[in-house]
Order: sequence, then C-alpha cells, then structure tokens
Amino acid sequence: MKKEIIYEIKALYRDDFRITGYRFGHGEPSVCIVGGLRGNEYQQIYVCSRLIKKLKKLEEKGRIEKGKEILVIPCANPYSVNTKKRFWTIDNTDINRMFPGYSLGETTQRIANGIFEKVKDYQYGIQFASFYMPGNFVPQVRMMKTGAENIELAKKFGLPYVVLHNPRPFDTTTLNYNWQIWETDAFSIYTTSTGGIDKNSAKQALDAILNFMAKQGTIDYRGYEGYVSRVVESQNFIDVRTSHAGFFEQCAKAGEKVDEGQILAIISDPYTAEIKQEIKAPVSGIVAFAHNETLAYQNTAVYKLIPEEDEL
Amino acid sequence: MVDKIEIVASAELPVDEELEIFKHRFMPDNVTPAKLEDDKKRIAIVTGIHGDELEGQYVCYELARRIREKKENLAGIVDIYPAMNPFGIDNITRGIPAFDLDMNRLFPGNSNGDMNEYIAAEIMKDMEGTTLCLDIHASNIFLTEAPQIRINEEHKDILVPIALKSNVDLVWVHGASTVLESTFAYSLNSRGINTLVVEMGVGMRITKEYGDQMVDGIFSLMSELGIWKEKCMPSKEPVLSNDEQGQDVYYLNAEVSGIFMKEKTHGMMVEEGELIGIVVDPLMGNVLSEVKAPGKGWLFTIREYPVVDEGSLVGRILKI
Repeated sequence: MKKEIIYEIKALYRDDFRITGYRFGHGEPSVCIVGGLRGNEYQQIYVCSRLIKKLKKLEEKGRIEKGKEILVIPCANPYSVNTKKRFWTIDNTDINRMFPGYSLGETTQRIANGIFEKVKDYQYGIQFASFYMPGNFVPQVRMMKTGAENIELAKKFGLPYVVLHNPRPFDTTTLNYNWQIWETDAFSIYTTSTGGIDKNSAKQALDAILNFMAKQGTIDYRGYEGYVSRVVESQNFIDVRTSHAGFFEQCAKAGEKVDEGQILAIISDPYTAEIKQEIKAPVSGIVAFAHNETLAYQNTAVYKLIPEEDEL
Repeated sequence: MVDKIEIVASAELPVDEELEIFKHRFMPDNVTPAKLEDDKKRIAIVTGIHGDELEGQYVCYELARRIREKKENLAGIVDIYPAMNPFGIDNITRGIPAFDLDMNRLFPGNSNGDMNEYIAAEIMKDMEGTTLCLDIHASNIFLTEAPQIRINEEHKDILVPIALKSNVDLVWVHGASTVLESTFAYSLNSRGINTLVVEMGVGMRITKEYGDQMVDGIFSLMSELGIWKEKCMPSKEPVLSNDEQGQDVYYLNAEVSGIFMKEKTHGMMVEEGELIGIVVDPLMGNVLSEVKAPGKGWLFTIREYPVVDEGSLVGRILKI
C-alpha cells in the first residue's frame, strides 16, 4: 500500500487541504474507487476505509494481480467533513458539480481537476454516491445512460439492483458522467445510508466491490457471490408523495417488499397529533427509497417503489 | 390602475406556515390581461432566486413607486416578483435552505415533482404570456459587478438588441453550457419568452445608484414595448462583448489562500501589469501574492469578500 497526496491546497488558518489516495499493486490503472465528495458522506468514507483495510491484507498476501493497480480515495473533501458542512466551506459549491474541472479556475474547479487528472485513466471507476434527499436506499449500482454504459459489467457487483437513469443537465458535471465520457466504465454505488454508518450495508458494498474486482481479474479473491442483479430504469420507479406536510413516521424500510394498499408512512399534525395522511403503496413492489427525517414537506416523494411487474 | 398583490404558488409547510410566492401586478383599468398579452405588453421583473442577492429588492420597490407616481402612463402589464426564494431571503442563504438546492438549477420545474420543483413549475406557468422578463441577480456575496446583462450565445440574436437598450454598462454574450439549461432564464428563453439576466452590485447589500440605473433601464424597455407611454431613453450605451469563445475576458484567480485587499474598484480602466490587489497573511504580516492585470482593459468585477482560497476569483477584466 502506498499512501499519497492526490491534491492539496495551502490554507491560511487551517491545516492544508489534502486529498489522500491509497494505491495497491503496480501496473496498468485498473480500478479507481472514490468515496465522499461531500462533507456529509460518512458512510461513503467508511466503506472506503474497510476496502483499504481489506486491500492492504490482500496485497500483503500477493493477491493483487500482477500488472494491475487499484487507487482508493476515501474522501475528496475533508475540510467540509471536519466542519460538518455538505458543500465547499467558503462558497458552498459542490465538487461533484465541477468535473472534469479546470486547473486555472475557481477552487472547487481546481480540486475537481486535481482529482480527475489522477483518476481518468482507470479502466473502471466506482464512486460511492449520495442522494440530495434525506433517506435510505436499497443497495444499487446506478448508471447514467450516456450511450457508454455497460449493464453486463454493472451486474458483476452482485448488488440487488442495477438502476439506469437519463442524465439531467447538472449530471454532466459529475464525476460519474465525465468518467464515462473519458471512456472509463463508471458506476455509482448507493448503499443504504449517507450521514450515518450502516455496517451491514457497508459490508455488502465492500463484498460487491471485491467481487467485481475479482471477476475483472484485478484481485485474487473468492467471496460472497451476491445477488443476480435486476436491471431497472429509474423512470419506472413509482414516486409516492405526501399530500400534506407534518411529522413523518416511517412504516416501511428500504429494501422491504410491500403490497398494494399497505401503509408506508403516516403524516401527523405536529400540534394536535391528528393523522393528516396515511401514505399507502399505490402498487405492490420493493421500496427503493424511503425518506427518514422527522419532518416531511408537502408533495415530497417520500418513497420510491420498484413495481412488482418490473421485478419479474 | 389595477395595483394588486397575487399569490403565484404556495405549499403547506410542516409547522403552522404556508410557503407563498408573491407578485405585484400593475395594469391599466378596463383592459383584459389577455388583450394586453396579445398586444405583447407584459413585462416581468423577477428577483430573489438567490436569497442573499438583494440588489433587486430596491429595483422592485422603486419601480412600483415610480409607476404609481405617473400611473397615467401605464399602457401594459407590469408584474414584479420580488422574492422567488423567500426561505433564502429570510435565512441569508443563496440556495433554498433545508434542501441546500440552488433554485436556479431547478427550472422548468415539475408540476408533479417535489415542493421546490412544483413551485418552479408554477412560476413558469405564471410567466406564460410575458413579453419580456428581467431576472435580476447581484453576483454573489464574494464579487461586486458593474451593471451588466449576460446572454447565452444560443439566444443572442433576439436578446442582444433588447439588452443594448436596457441602460447597463456591459452586455456579455457567453458560451453555452449544459449546466445552465436548468436556469430560470434559459428555461424561459427556450420557450420563446425573452429573458435578460441582470448582474449588478454585490450580495447582501443594496447599491442604490445601480438600482436607479436599472429602473431607468426598465422604463426605457417599457417605453420601447409600449407598456409605458412616456418616452424614456437609456442614458448609457453598453459595451457589447461577444465572448462566446471565452477570449474577451481575463479571469483573475488568487494564486494562494489568504486575505485579499483590493487596490482598484470595479468600473476602472487598468493597464497591463497594474496592481489590482494583494493577498496577505495577517498571521505572519506578509504579502503572499500580488494580483496584476494580465493586459489592458476594463475591470468590471472585483472581489469584495476578503477571504480567498487558492483559485478564488478576485476580478474580471474585459480586454480592450
């Protein structure tokens, strides 16, 4: 294992801003894994830390395949993590809206460029991503439909779902999109949580990545095979929305199978405890996403369901 | 004259509150809105998409005051939307607090979408029938800008002739960018509603002089469109920069992190090599870096917020 500084900026009153990478093996750039790009992505850092620990052991046993190199960057934004801020400290910009970056541009453009220069030549790029809405996901590999996506490869992670979605204008500045444009096979992995550590889901993600690397001939490893992934398009997810705002009580969890008409959550009046809405499953299916905050706003998609017919 | 406040969009909030987006409509008596819209006589003044950009607040107030003062001149509809992002204004926040979303990346919105997407879609619906819209921004809290209009190259043929009559100092035509396709202005322009993006002054402050200049510009545009009967001519002839290739402007970025002290103010002409500002280290008492003009030009942007990271933008110079 070789620890190295991927990118750094000298600061005025704080320790230098450093993005640290861990390299395993020698040779052609095979797999690059990026953890948190935002300050609240603790689970993403945690999974990377487990991966680094495992890869270190595998390397010591000579089980990184000859001629293959792996890079893990657990966190691209320690400044924001340490001050508990989601985006960049001074100007609140999002590093994951700055790719491929610009070396002469503004600070987060430079950071994105600094990262991208080090990760763009890998054959496979894996990022642990998070969603802007607060909630839990069923573990999934997510890919943007750029025309360069490789679904069969995505299935090799053995996660329950491979989700395809059409890029929106802002997606074109994400790491995943730019990786694909630069001919890296890129995957975003969503584990169950973001701001809190979920050990089971982290273990599943770790297994998924190790399995993938083994199948692609980067490491010598035999682990848990995982699932036969089901491929779904995000546009086929059924959004289940609140019709009222209020306190939110979750009754069904991410990954759970629910029947049509089943109560997923309850919205109650914060002053009178009166039930304002029983949120019911409009179809039978699997919970792909479940809101997990105390407050819910009106018209918010608090659940996303993968309908049963798409399950077959 | 009709002079009324309307609710454009609303949503229930969790605890004892409604989110409401207001507009102020001025309209001559005894004329239907449909008739005025058919005659292309409706202007919309929009501001507050970024909650910490307040320059447009004075423009909204002053425009309303001047319309009331000479209401006999009103011949069309004037819709004033002072607070597109009321949460942001209340929280001194650029984006939408609680969601950490930039409202200017949500358009055209989605009527069946989440609360913020729904609000954006309702605003878009309300803009239907508008002849000309001005979306007034104030740069951000970091930079002060000379009054200017920014135009995406895709819409320049229609918008530049209008912008040149709007009494600003600069009309800056910039290259297209996919990311900008989710802005309010792009969404309107791509639906055939001419929309000018105004940038002036600085975040969290009001520069009355710029506000007055902009209100004069709005009256000039209203006069041109037949919304205002009195003849109002712009007093400024803007510089036009056709910068689609990104070659008309020098960008000055801080070479090091530190405290930026400006030596020049925006709106000044500068020579090549002239000192624009310095980056200092107050702990050590040192100058860390000198920011000099890479060429001769007009300094139309200067950094106002002193703390800089390596790469922070400290100024822009239009090449002469």
